[in-house]
Amino acid sequence: MTSRMRKSFWLLLVLPGSLFITVFMLIPLFSVVISTFFPESSFTLSNYSGLIRNVYFQQVFGRSVRLSLLSTLLCALLGFPCAYYISRYSKHKGIMMAFAVFPLFTSPVIRSFSWMVILGKKGIINQFLVASGLFARPQSLLYNEFSMTVGFVQLFLPQMILSLLGVMDSIPEDLTEAAGSLGATRFVSFLRIIFPLSVSGLVTGSVLVFTGCMTAYTTPQLLGATDTQVLSTMVYQYAMSLRDWTQASAIAVVMIVVTMLVSSVFNRLSRKINPLAA
Amino acid sequence: MKKKHHLTLGVITFLVYVFLIGPLLIIMASSFGEQNALVFPGKGFTLKWYQQVFQMRSFINSAVLSIEIALAATAIALLLGVPAAYAMNRYRFPGKNLIKTMFLSPVLIPCIVLGFIMLRYVISRWNLSVIPSLLIGHTLLSIPYVMRVVTSSLANFDFAMEEAAGSLGAARGYTFFHIVLPNIRSGIASACVMAVINSFNNVSLSTFLTAPGITMLPIEIMGYVEYHFDPTIAALATIMMLVTLGVMLLIEKTLGLQSVV
Repeated sequence: MTSRMRKSFWLLLVLPGSLFITVFMLIPLFSVVISTFFPESSFTLSNYSGLIRNVYFQQVFGRSVRLSLLSTLLCALLGFPCAYYISRYSKHKGIMMAFAVFPLFTSPVIRSFSWMVILGKKGIINQFLVASGLFARPQSLLYNEFSMTVGFVQLFLPQMILSLLGVMDSIPEDLTEAAGSLGATRFVSFLRIIFPLSVSGLVTGSVLVFTGCMTAYTTPQLLGATDTQVLSTMVYQYAMSLRDWTQASAIAVVMIVVTMLVSSVFNRLSRKINPLAA
Repeated sequence: MKKKHHLTLGVITFLVYVFLIGPLLIIMASSFGEQNALVFPGKGFTLKWYQQVFQMRSFINSAVLSIEIALAATAIALLLGVPAAYAMNRYRFPGKNLIKTMFLSPVLIPCIVLGFIMLRYVISRWNLSVIPSLLIGHTLLSIPYVMRVVTSSLANFDFAMEEAAGSLGAARGYTFFHIVLPNIRSGIASACVMAVINSFNNVSLSTFLTAPGITMLPIEIMGYVEYHFDPTIAALATIMMLVTLGVMLLIEKTLGLQSVV
């Protein structure tokens, strides 16, 4: 083999995959993005200005952001104590990890379906509500923003727990022991040591949960209704039922921009505030 | 350090895990009920819903297709991703970070958007049929897993070993297959597991690419539960969860669960 061939051997290794991604993803992606600015031959923002003025889109966008924020907050509130307990106190860490991974590996269709069984009119929650006398008749707990939020939190909580465990496990135990021997209570050492060192994992986990909720399709499709559409179900509806590809493309571009913006800004933040990574 | 106990945190953790796992256990339990409607707690004990699952051609066919696509797409992703990951670690070249970002980029695009752009171009404009489109789409999903895991296991590989083999007269191809590949075996295995599971469970990409009669298992289940509410799905879900558990045990025994999450 000549030295010239050896020098460009990397190209041969990288080329097939690069071509595959370029042809099947990047070119279609850029064509879709560009087509939203050039519906005819000249440049226009009319697709986006129309979308922004569209009251229905505003509602859907607002609902997507609201439910994603709420689910992220709930995941953080539930995940933090859990991860802290597993990292510091649990005697069966491996099993606890496995129980967090198991739902992650289970199909989102099955996980959403399980809430259809639990929250349905004849579900166990309604049985309890009626039997306990709290309500005379079964309540509609399904196909609304409540069931969607429950589904989102259960879907993405494992990712929050695992990201938090990742950083909490890297905090040296000496730190809290030292704080303890210097007279700090467990609560103070949690507040001054554990929490600040865990924030980067909290941010990483929150980005995963937020972008996951913003783009999830199965859960809103199964646990939501037509009057609780979110961005992903709206893209599907415009693309498949209405065949309005121009609108669907514009909504798709909005989804890409929002998720990329959120993940790049917050992941950078997470790296900056992690003192252990520096 | 002796681990102390913390009651409040323990109780919170227990409740959170009930929330995570409980619904799945309820599905398992209700798959044995005798009633035609899916209720929990159910009455009686029967295995007839499991029989029912295996009698439904649409479930069997879509499950077979899902498995075939997941395995084939992962294999293609390995063929495209492993050489690239090797080049990233082994050679210096311009635009390396850009190319790496490109190989990781399919995971940055929301799946539902990826499905839509593939519908618009790969299916509608280029007229590809269902199976090749599914294969291409799922390969795109799997490439980032391969890239991420294989580059990180190659980062721990000592390329001096490769040079040593070369200086002893081994050809480059021989060195790759006998020195490099065996050393990153577990990385490749965990990338495969993640990619196959992710592909098998995918809905938002496949939903744009499937056609009536040629569909994937999760899409088939979604369509079924919109109109039917009987324990057949609970039985099918239980079978799928048992397979998942089996896979997890296998991973734990061979690679360790930590290496895949």
